[in-house]
Amino acid sequence: MSEHHHKETFVTKYIFSQDHKMISKQFLVTGMFMGIIAVMMSMLFRLQLAWPEKSFSIIEAFLGPHQTDGVMNPDIYLALVTIHGTIMVFFVLTAGLSGTFSNLLIPLQIGARDMASGFMNMISYWLFFLSSILMVISLFVEAGPASAGWTIYPPLSALPQAIPGSGTGMTLWLVSMSIFIASSLIGALNYIVTVLNLRTKGMKMTRLPLTMWAFFITAIIGVVSFPVLLSAALLLVFDRSFGTSFYLSDIFIAGEVLHYQGGSPVLFEHLFWFLGHPEVYIVLLPALGITSEIISTNSRKPIFGYRAMVMSIMAIAFLSTIVWGHHMFISGMNPFLGSVFTFTTLLIAIPSAVKAFNYITTLWKGNLQLNPAMLFSIGLVSTFVTGGLTGLVLGDSALDIAIHDTYFVVAHFHLVMGVSAIFGMYAGIYHWFPKMYGRMMNKTLGYWHFWVTIICAYGVFWPMHFIGLAGLPRRYYSNTAFPMFDDLADINVVITIFALVGGVAQIIFLANFFISIYRGEKASQNPWNSNTIEWTTPVEHIHGNWPGKIPEVHRWAYDYSKRVDPNDDDSDFLHGQDFVLQTTPLLEGEEQS
Amino acid sequence: MLALFYIFIGVAIGVSFWQITRILDFRGVVANDEDNAKQGKYAIYFMVFFYAIMVYCLIAMNVIMLPESASIEGEHDDRLFNITFWLIGIVQFIMQFLIFYFTFKYLGNKNRKAKFYADSHKLELIWTVTPAIVLVGLIGYGLWQWNNVMDLSDEDAILIEVYSQQFRWDARYAGDDNTLGLGNVNYIKGINTMGVDMKDVNSQDDKQVTELYLPKGKKIHFKFRSQDVLHSAYMPHFRAQMNCVPGMVTEFGFTPKYTTEEMRQQPEVIAKTRGINKVRSAKGEDLYEFDYLLLCNKICGASHYSMQMKITVVEPEVYDKWIAEQPTLAAVIK
Repeated sequence: MSEHHHKETFVTKYIFSQDHKMISKQFLVTGMFMGIIAVMMSMLFRLQLAWPEKSFSIIEAFLGPHQTDGVMNPDIYLALVTIHGTIMVFFVLTAGLSGTFSNLLIPLQIGARDMASGFMNMISYWLFFLSSILMVISLFVEAGPASAGWTIYPPLSALPQAIPGSGTGMTLWLVSMSIFIASSLIGALNYIVTVLNLRTKGMKMTRLPLTMWAFFITAIIGVVSFPVLLSAALLLVFDRSFGTSFYLSDIFIAGEVLHYQGGSPVLFEHLFWFLGHPEVYIVLLPALGITSEIISTNSRKPIFGYRAMVMSIMAIAFLSTIVWGHHMFISGMNPFLGSVFTFTTLLIAIPSAVKAFNYITTLWKGNLQLNPAMLFSIGLVSTFVTGGLTGLVLGDSALDIAIHDTYFVVAHFHLVMGVSAIFGMYAGIYHWFPKMYGRMMNKTLGYWHFWVTIICAYGVFWPMHFIGLAGLPRRYYSNTAFPMFDDLADINVVITIFALVGGVAQIIFLANFFISIYRGEKASQNPWNSNTIEWTTPVEHIHGNWPGKIPEVHRWAYDYSKRVDPNDDDSDFLHGQDFVLQTTPLLEGEEQS
Repeated sequence: MLALFYIFIGVAIGVSFWQITRILDFRGVVANDEDNAKQGKYAIYFMVFFYAIMVYCLIAMNVIMLPESASIEGEHDDRLFNITFWLIGIVQFIMQFLIFYFTFKYLGNKNRKAKFYADSHKLELIWTVTPAIVLVGLIGYGLWQWNNVMDLSDEDAILIEVYSQQFRWDARYAGDDNTLGLGNVNYIKGINTMGVDMKDVNSQDDKQVTELYLPKGKKIHFKFRSQDVLHSAYMPHFRAQMNCVPGMVTEFGFTPKYTTEEMRQQPEVIAKTRGINKVRSAKGEDLYEFDYLLLCNKICGASHYSMQMKITVVEPEVYDKWIAEQPTLAAVIK
């Protein structure tokens, strides 16, 4: 529909674009840039953990004033883990993953011309961009960036006397995160409104692809929980700059008693984790939604138990808002609360188990097309199971007190939300790259990328469980102060080698991504023979997505390999092929699935 | 400058990569039957690798793990942990097998057709109810044990205050009256480093120490305070941990089960110590001997990684003798 083409300048098309497809690419590239920074940081601190007293010229090169003869200082070690966590959780896995794919897919999969408000969508991206810039700037302030852990517990984060990073670095962190939250909220509201109001004719809620359900529920959790983090951050700003005592009380530091009276750090912990825990699912649910779609498409089978999948997304979302206390079993809160949170936390295992079993059943008797996207999705199921199971140990308050804040926790959450979500993101990129850029990514490089990455992911995080069970606390700059951890040195070296190889291997992906944008094979309209309606749009992007009318939807998204005789696996495909686009009307006598 | 050099190397690698890919065929994009067969095979290879590292770690890394609980309350922790670990271990082995085996078994082929199988309420019921039942057991045992470890009602327990600051631990025994005198940061002055109110009668017989001595077999009731930022008193051998929060007193308790000497004779501890000493002697360092430790386990600043206090568990008679020798605060702080 060429009359939809406004005259566009370079600026309105590539920079201040209001088109959801362009915005999604902007989110992706910014997220990838931040991801590169965060991965490089993790490689630096892994060097420190494996060879604590060894001098590295690469550390000398990158850490400048924060190192002594090529050995990083303890302050900057803490800063690196803090910023690595912050960037990964928020900038890569929230904005980079959810921002990219919600923006790209919501209008395309529900059959809308664009987001409900293109302008707000643009604002959402530019606020995210601004917050990314501020976060990057904070790396260069004199006393170092924020270094109180990504959870920024006060008083450590409130008092520059306690750690140098709590000066300007922390201020920038708080400003950056506040802007980031605004960006997320604007984005999430837009997603919710769009899904509720702009579905095409026939696209009932019960016909939404599972990606849509995941993004929709994710947006709701974000709207419920992000404002609480904003208020936590604002109160912290007040404590830091205006002398209030929300979180601080009875403090003697650097030889003097501070004036703070009556506040409690536990309040901050509650506020932080009221976002912090749902945040895990804000990160994970989109990845699971993407996986549902990709596993079903590439298995050439309907997703098993669509309704159960939707119900479990809802159950996880609901439970995620009432389990935050499991991060605080040993914070000094009332033990009775600990009991309640143990109960609700372990309940999450049920919907999670349903999801995992349903994925496996979807694979069963499929006709698996092992594209890179499919491999990453299968990898996600694997790491989600591995990481999820150890949650049963950590969610149990009685066990948590023995291993809280050890490397066991690091291994657990990296597998269940870090690696899983990254795998979901990679799967999404490989799968929808043709939709984003009109070209295909190379599969050989994709295979290399996948196998090296999953081997390294397990190589890093599986042994990590055991050093945690040896009692090694996380966030230790070095283990040398404790002879009882000397026997863990070799394991740390192995972990670091896997981490370095895994980190460097991401170059394969970056190369594949950027080269394919320009040199990849031109995509066909529906390269994966998928059912969802984003594959009915033309390969070349146009404003409004569909030329002419938006197609009408007649069925759910998972009529793969539908047979003439539903009970006979040898009978012919009902529609002559193993996929049926959602826009295909029901045949006479055909039953809705 | 060095940073620039590294960035330059990075760019150079990128450019050469770009050149290499020009030669490579960038046309292979959608998996065909050949790819499926190959990748399915790799899935099996990966599964073998994965099971190998899982089993290897489970066996070889047993020796580095914490020895059996040194507190009576921790016994059930160990048991609950073992039950949970066996359970998740079995589920993990089965699920991972299914994931990668199915990837291999059902790999795509032009001549095959996938089964149209969208729903089975029976199956879904099974895997909703089974985890639910198992969880009821785990939650029940867990909550019962949680109540155990959090039970501080024993009036005869020895009361000890553990006090944290950047980056050291101190402790205060409650003395003969077994009541701690009040403490607040405003009283910190000179050698009164824990900010004890010396006007309080209960403070007079309190005893400040830098190392913990605990009698075997008696319940210890810890109270925790912090003077600056959050710290966490982590005593891994006793399966105990509690945050120290400025402006607030937190509590925890346990009963030591083995003296330090007894613990050193335990086969698990001997094996772990041998491993540690192998590393240490290779580096030419002093030999290590097992000791209980209290570690800081909440990020608290630059020297967080070295903040610790030694704990020695002794027979009650030895403890009585030791505590009698410690000077009271009234004697130390005039």
